[in-house]
Amino acid sequence: MSALGTIVRSGVGRRRVQTVVIGLVVMIAVTAAVLGGSLMVASSAPFDRAFTQQHGAHLTAQFDAGMATAAQLSATATAAGVTAAAGPFPMASITPVAPSGRALRPIMVVGRADPGGAVDSVSVTDGRWVEGPGEIVVHVDGRLPGALQPRVGDVLSLSELPGAPTVTVVGTARSVSQTAGGWVMPEQVAALTPTGVVEGYQMLYRFASAATTADVDAGRANVLASLPAGALAGSQSWLTTRANSAGQTVLFVPFLIAFGVLGVLMAVLIIGNVIAGAVGTGTRRIGILKALGFTPHQVVRAYTVQALVPAAVGAGLGVVAGNILIMPVLAQTNELYGTADSGVTPWVNAVVLAGALAVVMLTAGVAASRAGRLRTVDVLAVGRTPGPGRGHLAARLTSWLPLPRPVTLGLAHPFARILRSATIVAAIAFGVAAATFAVGLGVSLNQVQATERHGDVVIQPGRPQGGPPPGGGSGGGPGRVAGPPEAPDPTAVVAAILAQPGTSGYAGIAPTEVTVAGITAPVDAIAFTGSNSSYGYRMVSGRWFSQPGEIVVATPFLAATGTTIGDTVVLTHHGHPITVRIVGEAFNVESRGMQLLMAAETLAASDPNLRAMEYTITLTPGTDVNSYLKELNAALSSVDATAMLPDDDTAEFILVINALTALLTLMLVTVAALGVLNMVVLETRERVHDLGVHKALGMTPRQVVAMVVASVIVTGLIGGAIGVPVGVLLQRWIVAEMGDATGFQLPASVIDIYLPTDLVLFGLGGLLIAIAGALLPAGWAARTRTAAALRTE
Amino acid sequence: MNQPVIELTDVSRRYEAGPPALDGVSLTIAAGEAVAILGPSGSGKSTLLNLIAGLDRPSEGTVTVSGVRVDELGEAGSARYRRAKIGMVFQFFNLLDDLTVVDNVMLPAQLAGTTRAAAHRRAAELLATLGIERHARAYPGRLSGGERQRVAVARALMNRPALLLADEPTGALDSASGEDVQRLLTQLHGEGQTIVLVTHDLALAESCATRTIQLVDGRVSTDTALEPTR
Repeated sequence: MSALGTIVRSGVGRRRVQTVVIGLVVMIAVTAAVLGGSLMVASSAPFDRAFTQQHGAHLTAQFDAGMATAAQLSATATAAGVTAAAGPFPMASITPVAPSGRALRPIMVVGRADPGGAVDSVSVTDGRWVEGPGEIVVHVDGRLPGALQPRVGDVLSLSELPGAPTVTVVGTARSVSQTAGGWVMPEQVAALTPTGVVEGYQMLYRFASAATTADVDAGRANVLASLPAGALAGSQSWLTTRANSAGQTVLFVPFLIAFGVLGVLMAVLIIGNVIAGAVGTGTRRIGILKALGFTPHQVVRAYTVQALVPAAVGAGLGVVAGNILIMPVLAQTNELYGTADSGVTPWVNAVVLAGALAVVMLTAGVAASRAGRLRTVDVLAVGRTPGPGRGHLAARLTSWLPLPRPVTLGLAHPFARILRSATIVAAIAFGVAAATFAVGLGVSLNQVQATERHGDVVIQPGRPQGGPPPGGGSGGGPGRVAGPPEAPDPTAVVAAILAQPGTSGYAGIAPTEVTVAGITAPVDAIAFTGSNSSYGYRMVSGRWFSQPGEIVVATPFLAATGTTIGDTVVLTHHGHPITVRIVGEAFNVESRGMQLLMAAETLAASDPNLRAMEYTITLTPGTDVNSYLKELNAALSSVDATAMLPDDDTAEFILVINALTALLTLMLVTVAALGVLNMVVLETRERVHDLGVHKALGMTPRQVVAMVVASVIVTGLIGGAIGVPVGVLLQRWIVAEMGDATGFQLPASVIDIYLPTDLVLFGLGGLLIAIAGALLPAGWAARTRTAAALRTE
Repeated sequence: MNQPVIELTDVSRRYEAGPPALDGVSLTIAAGEAVAILGPSGSGKSTLLNLIAGLDRPSEGTVTVSGVRVDELGEAGSARYRRAKIGMVFQFFNLLDDLTVVDNVMLPAQLAGTTRAAAHRRAAELLATLGIERHARAYPGRLSGGERQRVAVARALMNRPALLLADEPTGALDSASGEDVQRLLTQLHGEGQTIVLVTHDLALAESCATRTIQLVDGRVSTDTALEPTR
């Protein structure tokens, strides 16, 4: 082994704490980077990636079975410009009723015996593909609340069909091309039509050129050229599907970038400090090496390699850990994005690994360069403890504090090494900022979720089929509803609600659609009755409606119509024009922010029969919900309605972000604590002789621990004080970015989520990180043998 | 003879390699004695001092100081023992560079729980006695070697120890400063302080000590009572 190798090996072996700290810090940073990098890749253009993975259809076309035969349609697969085709698949429209009794939206079911193929290779996300009659696979949309999605095992009623057949959900699947709402076996499609005859076919095409609307139009024209005129019943371009695919997919990016930057900065800071500390405490060793003939370049190289060895091991372990941890997270993002990512993209591993080692080399090289510059004669004569003049004032001031002397001695230590203390402060501040940010982000997201809860109890149309009404839980269970729901009698429902002890307020919800001048598609509208319509809605600006003719809207509506609060817009409802004034902007993500909220009286003239379909009820504090439900259901026995708990499923993407946030925060806090540990080890090593003196003078082990722990109190408090505002600013920035990315202005309840007591607790978190990092070296210091410490030069 | 302050019985101290640093040493030192431990490098002088101070433990044998079985004390116990019974003076002073002279001197009392005011009174008294009160607010780095050793002695006497241990107290001093410290130790012994002194310096031993113990290869070679020279 070369002389340099010997020096490196002995350095790595002797400086075990630094070696372990570098290894752990790099491992955690690399793990976080692999997670973050993979998720950034997963979040980047998810539609395009999923489209490629599934061989998505550039054109989804529906044909009238009466106008074109299956053979004619099959022949279109060879039309000019078509590179692949699938179909013809028989199709039918059904309106299933969920087990809860809720009528689902009409969906198009397609008869496909196989989910794979050259076009639109559908991903089965749960359960299995259909194998026989009476089975259905439904398309899932990860952006919908779980409660609104049928699940495997659900029995869906098709009550509008003769004989009211049922189909059992055997699987859920996703087609990025959104070619169907559900899939059944081809032979079953005819049975799902009112006439018993297949009325339409679906064909899926991929074209050689499909980058522009003109390309897709040209491809469609080529397909239709060989078919009878009027055969095409409808078609959808993949460009339209892609344009509509935006949504929460962009929510991840700002927060991942924030965590990635924090992680990298912390890794650089701590690795730099570890090496600088190794140089600082190893000056005598450096002097000896130089006296023996090592060149400055060799010394720098020795100390750089000394860091690279554990860093390489840590980076390797970090890549492995990142690849393992990403699996469950990718499963979630696959659900969300419709992608089929099975692991970390190889280039992410390569870039993270190379980047981490480059950062370590650069940081260590810069820190070690001081070793090269030190003059041999100086370093051989260097003292052990900080030179005179450093921290004297602090030592003098703290000695007057009415605290035990070991504590006041410790409190003065940070002032002897201002630069090193500043780096400890920075490490703690990073950890506190990460924790503050993460918790704040979680609260913000949960506040977003809370805006979707509009009552403690909901009444939905329909009665359970057999068995008692639910006395608790959200209800459900197979075969609860016989027919499609109708709006329950409002007089009876309201009377039952108001007569029920524990009722605090209620709102009746009548969903409908209106058209708005300047917007081509119909816009969802909710017409409210009752006293409590605003419950759960968070106002961004303006106020809630208070009289007919006033509406409350969300940011995307204002953006789409170019209106502001105070403007009037003309709605058309059942052919009647209604002029309304926008009086408030609420945070309302329903219908992607294109939902209008108003009093039922606003639409009374255009639809006198508009009735509330659902009711939300708020309870007075202390009311037992289960008893309330039981009694209300008894009171509703003569009405076609059921009271139940609102579905409280947390949206998938919030769960993903919460889980990631917790993981990344834990990592950053651990890295911060490791940074403190390393610094305190350095301090302890440098002060080991003084420690021996203290012990010789009668300092007990407990007093030693108190002194060492006290030495990080000031830095912990300062780090906490700096980290909290940074974390708060980061939270506000990232949450605002998330809002901007999705086109919503967020209410104060989502942004201003910190209470003064929270901030104090987060600030004290800095102290906690500092103490956690100092405890281990404090224990070592307490166990140091006095005689050996006194001999230390 | 006065009550024994120190009793060592068949004390040996072995390290992992090499011959024992101390090998079956038994000795007794009475209150008021000033004993100089002499011997060449590696003879076991400092090991003996460390065992008496509770800084190290014997491999065999017992060490009793002022009735306390030092060899049986744990870390915390030996720290409290040093606070209460021992004052130590080192060759290289071992003053804490970031504390003023008076803060250095006060430290043992403060570690024992004495209030700052009470510790300050005692420290001021000691600094005045030792003639270095003008340096109370100075930092050790600004003092001469002799002055630093006087500060170290003041610190050692802070808790009124039964026993003053001095490890080569003049070893790092020029001859003038060494004579200064020599006079100080002689004065302290004259005031009744029990002193155990490890030194190479025969002149120091003869001027301060009432008894010399010569160690060779970890064993007591000679144990000689001296006639007082003062």
